[in-house]
Amino acid sequence: MLVNTKQPETSGTQSDADTQSGLGRAVLSLSGISKEFPGVKALNNVSLNLYAGQVTALIGENGAGKSTIVKILTGIYQPNGGTISVNGAEINFPNAHAASAAGVTAIHQETVLFDDLTVAENIFIGHAPRGRFGLIDTVRMRADAEALLTRVGADISPTARLRDLGIANKHLVAISRALSIDAQVVVMDEPTAALSHKEIGELYALVERLKAEGKAILFISHKFDEVFRIADRYTVFRDGEMAGEGIMQDVKEDDLIQMMVGRTVDQIFPKIDVELGETVLTVAGYSHPTEFEDIGFSLKKGEILGFYGLVGAGRSEFMQSLFGITKPSKGAMRIDGEIAIVRSPAEAIEKGLVYVPEDRGKQGAVIGLPIFQNITLPSLDKTSRKGFLQLAEEFKLAREYTERLDLRAAALDQDIGNLSGGNQQKVVIAKWLATQPRVIILDEPTKGIDIGSKAAVHEFMGELASNGLAVIMVSSELPEILGMADRVIVMREGRLAGEFDRDTMSAEALVRAAAGIGEVAA
Amino acid sequence: MITQFIKSREALLLLAIAIVIALVSTRFPDFAAPANAANIFNDTSILIMLALGQMVVILTRCIDLSVASNLALSGMVVALINSIVPGLPVPILLIIAISLGMIMGACNGILVWKLDIPPIVVTLGTLTIFRGIIFLISNGEWINAHEMSASFKAFPRFELLGLPVLSWMAVLTVIVFAIIVIRTPLGRAFYAVGGNPHAAVYTGIDVGFTRFMAFVIAGGVSGLCGYLWVSRYAVAYVDIAGGFELEVIAACVIGGISIAGGIGSVGGAVLGALFLGIIKNALPVINISPFWQLAISGSAIIIAVAVNARSESKKGRVILKKAEQTT
Amino acid sequence: MSEMVARNIPDRLTSRAQRVLKSWETLLLAIAILVFITNSFASPYFLNAWNLSDATFNFTEKAMIAFAMAMLIISGEIDLSVAAIIALASTAMGFVMELGFGTPVLVLTGLTVGIICGAFNGVLVTRLGLPSIVVTIGTMSLFRGISYIVLGDKAYTGYPTDFAFFGQGYVWWVFSFELVLFAVLAIIYAVLLHKTNFGRTVYAIGNNPVGAQFSGVRTARVKFVLFLLTGLMSGVAAVCLTSRLGSTRPSIAFGWELEIVTMVVLGGVNILGGAGTIPGVVLAAIIMGMVTFGFGLLNVPGIVMSIFIGLLLIGAIALPRVFAMVKRGRG
Repeated sequence: MLVNTKQPETSGTQSDADTQSGLGRAVLSLSGISKEFPGVKALNNVSLNLYAGQVTALIGENGAGKSTIVKILTGIYQPNGGTISVNGAEINFPNAHAASAAGVTAIHQETVLFDDLTVAENIFIGHAPRGRFGLIDTVRMRADAEALLTRVGADISPTARLRDLGIANKHLVAISRALSIDAQVVVMDEPTAALSHKEIGELYALVERLKAEGKAILFISHKFDEVFRIADRYTVFRDGEMAGEGIMQDVKEDDLIQMMVGRTVDQIFPKIDVELGETVLTVAGYSHPTEFEDIGFSLKKGEILGFYGLVGAGRSEFMQSLFGITKPSKGAMRIDGEIAIVRSPAEAIEKGLVYVPEDRGKQGAVIGLPIFQNITLPSLDKTSRKGFLQLAEEFKLAREYTERLDLRAAALDQDIGNLSGGNQQKVVIAKWLATQPRVIILDEPTKGIDIGSKAAVHEFMGELASNGLAVIMVSSELPEILGMADRVIVMREGRLAGEFDRDTMSAEALVRAAAGIGEVAA
Repeated sequence: MITQFIKSREALLLLAIAIVIALVSTRFPDFAAPANAANIFNDTSILIMLALGQMVVILTRCIDLSVASNLALSGMVVALINSIVPGLPVPILLIIAISLGMIMGACNGILVWKLDIPPIVVTLGTLTIFRGIIFLISNGEWINAHEMSASFKAFPRFELLGLPVLSWMAVLTVIVFAIIVIRTPLGRAFYAVGGNPHAAVYTGIDVGFTRFMAFVIAGGVSGLCGYLWVSRYAVAYVDIAGGFELEVIAACVIGGISIAGGIGSVGGAVLGALFLGIIKNALPVINISPFWQLAISGSAIIIAVAVNARSESKKGRVILKKAEQTT
Repeated sequence: MSEMVARNIPDRLTSRAQRVLKSWETLLLAIAILVFITNSFASPYFLNAWNLSDATFNFTEKAMIAFAMAMLIISGEIDLSVAAIIALASTAMGFVMELGFGTPVLVLTGLTVGIICGAFNGVLVTRLGLPSIVVTIGTMSLFRGISYIVLGDKAYTGYPTDFAFFGQGYVWWVFSFELVLFAVLAIIYAVLLHKTNFGRTVYAIGNNPVGAQFSGVRTARVKFVLFLLTGLMSGVAAVCLTSRLGSTRPSIAFGWELEIVTMVVLGGVNILGGAGTIPGVVLAAIIMGMVTFGFGLLNVPGIVMSIFIGLLLIGAIALPRVFAMVKRGRG
């Protein structure tokens, strides 16, 4: 099914780049890195080179292996194969400490810091300046923290508790922490995801300054405009493998997308044209004090409605309020024209609305319970008699739906935790189909699952719609949205930012709406 | 800084303590007089010390139910040694008691660290094991005052600058803990491990080892308190300090130390212990039966944990920019 | 490798016999038999129907609470106030006895107080979202504290003679009321946990509370019911114990909470929630009772047997992990 049209010859571009820019040896170089987890090959023979004074962008879809490589770089994971070298010398990172001792520091996607320590302590935990008797020199620590914070342009007191800071300021603390280690290599894992426009501008300035100081920077991002603006080089991963690397100047956006996706949209998505039925779900004026405001839309039988936006745009939060997890402050929902008051997931399920969450391990699968019990959990009333379990009925129901989804498992009484991500997702979807819902919300349904399962989920999604189910699909993957959705709603910062049908939706229009650049089409 | 303090848990507790003292003083004016205050402090010393030891364990998201049994066993061992070798000087007995306590703490710690057994199960087990060992080594017999040497009994009572050594021990423990917790990397690691174990790994902290050290420290304090308890009351038997572990945990909870880990301060633990100590001493003074004490400390725990939960409650994710500005 | 099997997924890979053979309960059964044999060799008085019947009083009351506690722990919560509930319920029974009420009212009072205490814990945990371990350490002091306030250093004695049946009476031959009640409750709880929808949701909550909620399980309601049940069973135990002792002191059942938790964990219930069975708890109760009895016959003091129980508790969890580590080290 995969069509590899243009595969840049990696080795050629790389050596060209070296001679052209006269950079010489990479500060940090990973080669032939592989990493396996039970059931999944996260990385297969990938390479990554970082040069002093240069920003290398690491590009790839969700699940392409970007976070795995970051964890290897920072000593959290150890690779199953391949070598890491710093300034040409081969080295191992058995733990996080070794990586930071070798001069690698990272600013993580979710700020991994400590809410109840002060800003200065957060910056210096693990390497605080010591004074007499080997005790922490708090005075110097505060002064050093102050200096670092000034350097990143943050107006934060070093003695403030981290808990009391906003998300953007927390991020600046994380950046200060990275700078406090005299690092040669700075890894920035989606550093702009939670920042506003102004803050992003400040971050760019900071990256420029780090470049000028001669640091090698690995910049991980989804956003192409960002990558083109600040990166000097790129490396692209696809499904855990190398898909290309080179110099930004030599590449166009379309080429990068091609490398990242590796296939043309039409070929992979089995979109079925379905005659839309009557309206099933109407939502009007849904609002929440901090998460989203005035969201409204309607959904017809057989329709797949895409929700696109940047990570953190409030899509999942909105979906969870439809499902009764959080309470909206305002707004109304109608299912089949009747007002539906949903105060808990149990009530949502009763009304025929179900939700496949994004966080599969925590919210989707009940790990520790067998597959069949996961599937029957919301349907126990149907499989039991007067509140007493009937195992035969449960197995029957589980068998029916797992077969429809082509689940791969050893037995139905196997712990769901032993399945691969893709098969877990199939179980979660099977669980909801067994309740015979009217509306199914799929939140990033193919995030972090292997390519085979991905195709199966997409195929099945189309089938559901053609059977008259109303489908909402939240996705941050453009190809998925463009390939599967009949209609797309874009959210930005908790609000509606545009609506597109099949004629008006294009990658560019969606990205513009999601990022709030220029006029929204349609 | 000042506004921060006023809103803090310590200030709230200080206020509660002040109210209790003021109320009691209306009936019994000498309650807050220096002599009586010193008495109350001396009476609460052991609770303060144990609460500090427990605090570092709770900070790392663990719990140590074995502290009272550890205390009783350490106390029995030094009492036995003293009855057999009366000439052994007290400093050596102190070292023995502390080392013994640390070894017992290390037993807990190693099971939590290397075998990853939940701390509550480990310490529930060692609670009964330590207690049982006391019986084995003492044959269930009491060691009474006349079997102890004079210096053994006199040490905690010896007055220095108007305060007994027992009180000074508590003061010293408070200072040492303040230094450990605020000024050493290990102390900060306690907070990091409890506050966000996942992130602690990212910053290069060994979570298991940090927990192990917390148990060792708590064990050392229990060992020290073992000697102090036995010498102060001049008696050692199997059941001393039975159930005291719960009072220690109560002091921590009242002092604002979050059972979920990562939150708490030396000041809070001390004030939590003092609060219980003052209540205990105030009841007889104002003619309330001491039988009220248990119910009062129980209510205090429930109120304290409810207050803790409120201040810890996470704010929802702020996505709407407008909302971010208004908060 | 398991991923390669497509279609026609079997219901189960292992047969029922295999699963039973490998289970924790089978190990416990073997230990129980071993203890039984050792005891009968160690003391000539052990194999006597009346002696054995007497021995059951060592565990019946604790085990009743342990059944409910097991479900609570499987759901990921804990109740350390159970022994204090016994004290409060017993005190309340003494109080109404002094007012001149008869046995039916006494029993009703004990059970009601148990339920109210359980509801109090349940509200604090499920409504206010407080951690159950701290809440119940607090209510443990509060409930027993109220008993102390009411009784001080006094005691209630002089319970009506017909009240003695619950703790001292025999249903048939050597089968005491308590033993029969223990057996009946064991069956009820085994059915509730293993054969009903309610029991299934308890496991789901214990394995993943968020996932369970996202699957439509009303987690707060289930947990509240479990606290109610634990309170009720403490009330039942209070009736039996008060009747057996014939008196109420505020220190009644002191320290039982830890013995009950030990019993539950020894029975194979995961203290972190999600796994465990009622038959396991029944076996653990019988083992603990027989060990106590056996040591008693050998004139070994109870405190020494507590070392044994403590080692059993830690060893039961530690040994499998040590073996796994050794295995990994070699392979």
